[in-house]
Parts: sequence; C-alpha cells; structure tokens
Amino acid sequence: MSKILSINGKSYTIDVQEDMPLLWAIRDIVGLTGTKFGCGVAQCGACSILIDGRLTKSCSMPVSYGIGKEIFTIEGTSENLEFLREAWNDGNVPQCGYCQSGQLIAATSLLDKVANPTDKDINDVMSDNICRCGTYTRIRKAIHKAVALKNKAI
Amino acid sequence: MSNIHQVNRRDFMKLFGLASTGIILGCTSTVEKKFQPEINKDFFAPNLFIHLEKNGNITLIASRSEMGQGIRTSLASAIADELEADWKYVAVKQATGDAKYGNQNTDGSRSVRTRLEPMRKMGAAAKMMLISAAAKKWNVVATDCKAENHFIINTVTKDKIFYGDLVEDASKIAIPDDATIQLKKVEDFKFIGKTLKSVDLNHFTHGTATYGIDVRIPNLKFAAIVRCPVTFGTLKSVDKTDAEKTAGVEKVIELDRIVPPVGQFFGALGGVAVIANNTWSAFQGKLNLNVEWDYGENHSFDTDNFKQVLTERLQETGKLVPGSRGNTISAFKKSEKIIEATYHVPFLVHAPMEVPNATAWFQGDKIEVWAPLQDPQTARAELAHFFEIPLEKITINVTFLGGGFGRKSKSDFVVEAVALSKEIESPVQVVWMREDDIKHSFYHATSAQYLKGGIDKKGNVTGWLQRVAVPSIVSSFKPMSDYASGLELNQGFTNNPYKLDNFRLENVKAESHLRIGWLRSVVHIHSGFGNNSFVDELANAAKINPVQFHLNLIGKDRVIKGKSNYPYDSKRMKDVLNNTAKMANWEKHYPKITELELLFIIVFILM
Repeated sequence: MSKILSINGKSYTIDVQEDMPLLWAIRDIVGLTGTKFGCGVAQCGACSILIDGRLTKSCSMPVSYGIGKEIFTIEGTSENLEFLREAWNDGNVPQCGYCQSGQLIAATSLLDKVANPTDKDINDVMSDNICRCGTYTRIRKAIHKAVALKNKAI
Repeated sequence: MSNIHQVNRRDFMKLFGLASTGIILGCTSTVEKKFQPEINKDFFAPNLFIHLEKNGNITLIASRSEMGQGIRTSLASAIADELEADWKYVAVKQATGDAKYGNQNTDGSRSVRTRLEPMRKMGAAAKMMLISAAAKKWNVVATDCKAENHFIINTVTKDKIFYGDLVEDASKIAIPDDATIQLKKVEDFKFIGKTLKSVDLNHFTHGTATYGIDVRIPNLKFAAIVRCPVTFGTLKSVDKTDAEKTAGVEKVIELDRIVPPVGQFFGALGGVAVIANNTWSAFQGKLNLNVEWDYGENHSFDTDNFKQVLTERLQETGKLVPGSRGNTISAFKKSEKIIEATYHVPFLVHAPMEVPNATAWFQGDKIEVWAPLQDPQTARAELAHFFEIPLEKITINVTFLGGGFGRKSKSDFVVEAVALSKEIESPVQVVWMREDDIKHSFYHATSAQYLKGGIDKKGNVTGWLQRVAVPSIVSSFKPMSDYASGLELNQGFTNNPYKLDNFRLENVKAESHLRIGWLRSVVHIHSGFGNNSFVDELANAAKINPVQFHLNLIGKDRVIKGKSNYPYDSKRMKDVLNNTAKMANWEKHYPKITELELLFIIVFILM
C-alpha cells in the first residue's frame, strides 16, 4: 500500500510496510542517502532527522510515525542550517564526515529552539551524537560561530 | 631466533605491502614510461595524477583513501603547490584501486611520508612542461619564464599566459627526465605545511559525500549475513522459512567460508545471507533465520580464561628478544628497590561509524566493486585470486570511508559481496549490522605483560625486564604463529625511547583464536600502555616527579634509530614532553593530581 512522506517540502509516494524505520525508507526507498546508518538502536545520532521540528533518531521510528508530518533531512535547507553550514566550513569541522549529517541536524534543532546556546545547552543536545573522529570541540566552536554569523547578518 | 625473526619480518612486509611500496613514481619511472600522454586539444594530462582543462580547471587524482585524515586535500595540495596552481581551480578525484598509481595501501600513518615527494614531482614536471610550452610560444628560453598562480609569466616582458590556454601546446612537450625535475624550497611552499580546508567540506555538510553504504546502482539488491557466533565455526543447518516470508526478502543463500591461502588475503567467514530489496528487510530476514552451527575448535575459547592463561605464562621466562642488553639479573640484585607490575589490554574492535559494507557486481567475465577500502589493491588481488578473473577486469571504486581505523584494510566484506553477486547474478550491497561489526571483526589483540624494574638510591633505573604475551597479527595469515613477530615487537617494545643499560625483553607464547587485525597505532597500544604505566610506577617508587623521571629515562639528546627507516630525535621527544606538561599545567597540579596522567608514546616510526 502506498504512503506519502513529506521530506524537505517535497512529497514522495512510497510502497513499504509501515514498520520499516524511517531511516531505511528515506535511504533505500526515497533515495536520500545523506541520513546515515550508524547503530540501528538510537544510540549514535548518525540518523538524526527533524520530524515536525523535533529531533528524532530515524533508525528507530517507523514510517507510520512520519506519515502526515514534515520531515527534514540534511538534504534540506533552513536559515539556521545554512548558518551552521557556513560555520562548519569556516571551522573545517568534519574529518571523515560520516556523522556530520546527524551533527548538523542536531545543531539545527538546537538553534531552532535556543537562539544563543551556552556550552551546556550545546553539550545537552549534541551529546547524543557520536563522532568517532572526535570533532566535538570544533563542533561546539562552530555552533557558537553560527550564532555569531546569524547575529551579524540580522 | 633470528631465523624466526626474518620469516616474520618477510611475512609482515608482504602483509603490509611494504615489500612493494612502489613509491618510485618520478615522471620517468616505469609507471610513467607506460603512460604516454595524449596529444589533445581539450586537456593536458602529463601524468596519471593531473588533468588540466582549457577553462583552467585541474582535476588531481588522490591515490590514497579518505577516512577523515584529510589525505585527498594533502596529496592534491602537494601537486598543486609544485604546479603553482590556483587552488580555486582544483578538484580532486579518487583513484580506482590500480597498481599504476603506486602503492595505495592507506594504513601505517605513512601516506604523506611516502607520497609527498612523488606527488610534488608530478606537479613540478607538469609545471616544467607548461613553462616550456609558453617559452616556445614566445620564442624565449624557459629560464625567462616562471609559473605563478595558474599563469606562466615572461619575466622579461611581463607577458602572461593562463594555464588553460596552454593545454594544447603543453601536450606536445616531452615529459621531463626525472633527474631534471627541480622541487621548490620549503620556504616557498604555498600549500604544503599550511592549514587548508578539506576539499570535500561541501559534500560533508550537505550529505552528498558518497560513502560505501550510499552507493546506488540500478537493480541493486541488499544483503545481510548471519555468521557463526564462534569464529571459524561452520553451518550445520538452516531453516529459511521465516526469513523467506519476511517482507522485502527475495532469497536466502548459504555462503561457504572462503579460506585465504597461507600468507595473504583475508577471505570471508561465510554464513547465511539474506537478499532483499532494501537494507532493513535484509536485516529483518537475517534476524528471522533459524540457524544451527557447528562451533568448531574455538567453542571453548573464553576471553576471561584466556587472560588468565596469558597472565600465568608471564611467570615463566619467555623467548629472549634481540635488542635485549646488559644483565638485568645482577642489576636487580644491586637495586635499592624492585617494582613489579602486570598489565592487560582487552580485545578491541574498530567500530568505524560506517559499518563494513561493499557493493559488488559480478558480470561473468568482469567484476566491479564500490567500497570503503583502505587497501583497494589487495582487495583487487584477492578477488582475482578467489574468483579467477584477471586483475584488469576488476574495477575497485574507492568511496569515502566513514572511518577506517584498520578495519577497512581487510577486504572480507568485499569478498562476501562479490560471492553473493556471482550467486544471484545481480549487483548487491552487503551491509553489516552494527552487531555484526562488533561480533565478527578482525580484533585488535588482547595482551598481558609483566614488568620488573629496579631503581637505585638516586632514582635511576638500574634494570628493566619485560615479558609480553600478545597474539600476533601474522596468525590471521599463517597458522601456528603463536608469538608476536619482530616487527610487532619493534612497535615500542624493542625500540622504547629509554636509555636502559640493562634491558631484557621476553616474548611469551600467545596463540590466536580469533581473526587478529590491526587497529590504528597497532602494537603501540600495548607498548605505550605498559611502558608508560610502569614508568609512572617507577617514578612513584623513586619519589620523583614523573615528568622529570620520564625526561631522565629518555636520557641525553641522541638519534634513536633501531631498525626503523625513520630515526627519531630524543631532544624533540623531550620538547614535546616539556611542552605538554606546561600546557597541562603539570607543575601546578603535581603531586596532588589524581586525574592527570602522563603518557608518552611515539607511534609509527617503523615504516
């Protein structure tokens, strides 16, 4: 039975069972591979997406949950994500890059809620996202930088 | 003893691709002689690594795998620097796994060390050709021309020509002789040694970098494999019913273990593979398999028990390792204090963020693979061996690696994918679940070591005895390799940085029950942990500040060579130590500190 997923403002009609995790529907059926598989049990954050603005581990939420909601992935664009991208570039943040989709999505959700996050705010949200290369300090710095870039732009 | 040493060394050379480093890639080397640049109006490709187009765009080939170390940027910048390229025109393309690019084995922390000069020569030779082309055009001597930021400049008339406009003329210039290539002076470097941003940043921040797991080709199937929970166990029987009923599952296939020949390759563990039309269905199908295993001879292997066994063996004298010197027994007798300690390192798994995975398409007379591989040439050779397809009919496309750490040096997951593709006659992507990665890796070995040291009244170390039991990496390639090899011991055990007159190193038996692999920094994990923990114990016993104690033990300034091609300078080591202590505010905290520990390891000086 076909279902409609709305991802980054675009509608995708897919034919999958409802209990398939969103991660795999997005990656294998829709074909957006920016969202990554890391652990499959909501522990590493590589699969982070936003569902109606809420930070969600897509490996552990079924397709049925995403139907009728607005899904946002690393392939999307938003004001905060663009400032974060600029800051990420500025600070040369990624190493292998694999976790960075999830990191950027998590950071986007943080800035969507907290305009001027403290280190503690950052740690609270970002500690769900593992970076095996260890870019954590650069990530924290880049989030502050994104805020600065945004404040300057306004 | 020395005989065993040599055999192990040779094996190691082979395993790590050291014997065929193939770095003599000057522009007139054998590789280049085979490569005749095409005379072309549209582009200038003076060697395998440079492709200049009329619009000025330059594509540079990265011959080593990118896993976060920034090698694509480093190698490209080395070429671009000598080429005097404008960085904004530079794009980087990943080389396929092919011997023509020289050794591509990306491990051992040596890509820049071994590739810097060859890459610089590629750029320098191309620059010479561009200069010659411009000089010919202007009818002046080459010495009146120089290259600068994507232009050749006539130093007399100040005329300049854009690189893109020289494409056709430069293609007609002969490749310069290796001996005539002049490299830049260090002080003239524009990119080398400078901080450059990754050339791949934009892809990383938009989710568009293609890792192995992101490869999508038409008609691609997805596979998950259940493997015996005991290493090298075999399949007894399988009930496929539930798996086959799983939504999305298309086929369930038994996969034999592929045993590598002695001395090379990795093979594959075998098991039962579930083929599906998406990854998740393959995972679900796998979980729905009902399998009975014959656990084989490793059934009784138990890591806690093995730790005990190794620890007990440390009580007996082991094989004396060359490099031991002086007389520790008499030194201990004369010592003021004797300190003993035993250290253990557990089995470790690499757990790269991107699990092992590979996409393969076996097409009868040829194979194409897309995979996150640290060593694509070994993968290629391995496929040629197991599937009896000539090397030149095998294409290995190297994707981005979501972390490697040594796990992706082993091509077992590629062998699995090709075996399945051959069986189902369709392209297939094998994806390991995270649980598979943790359960079936090429583990970094466990170890046990015993240390005994003596100190005199002044706190000098009088003698140092070290017994090491660590399963050898060689065991993964050669059965009955029950002792650490010479090249393993030469990673911090035989060549520790300490000035010790009485030093005795003993190699203790440690057979292997698992697939032993290497994890980044390899044996330095054992030696660094053991040595430094013990030096701390000695410092404590001598009541000397550990920083000072380390400095004393390293001793006077000297070059420490050992068997390495890369000698190290003890003065630089001491500078690092002093600076680190300063940055950590050591003096302020000592001796109250409990959370501050000093660890000093020099890694990968051997290759």
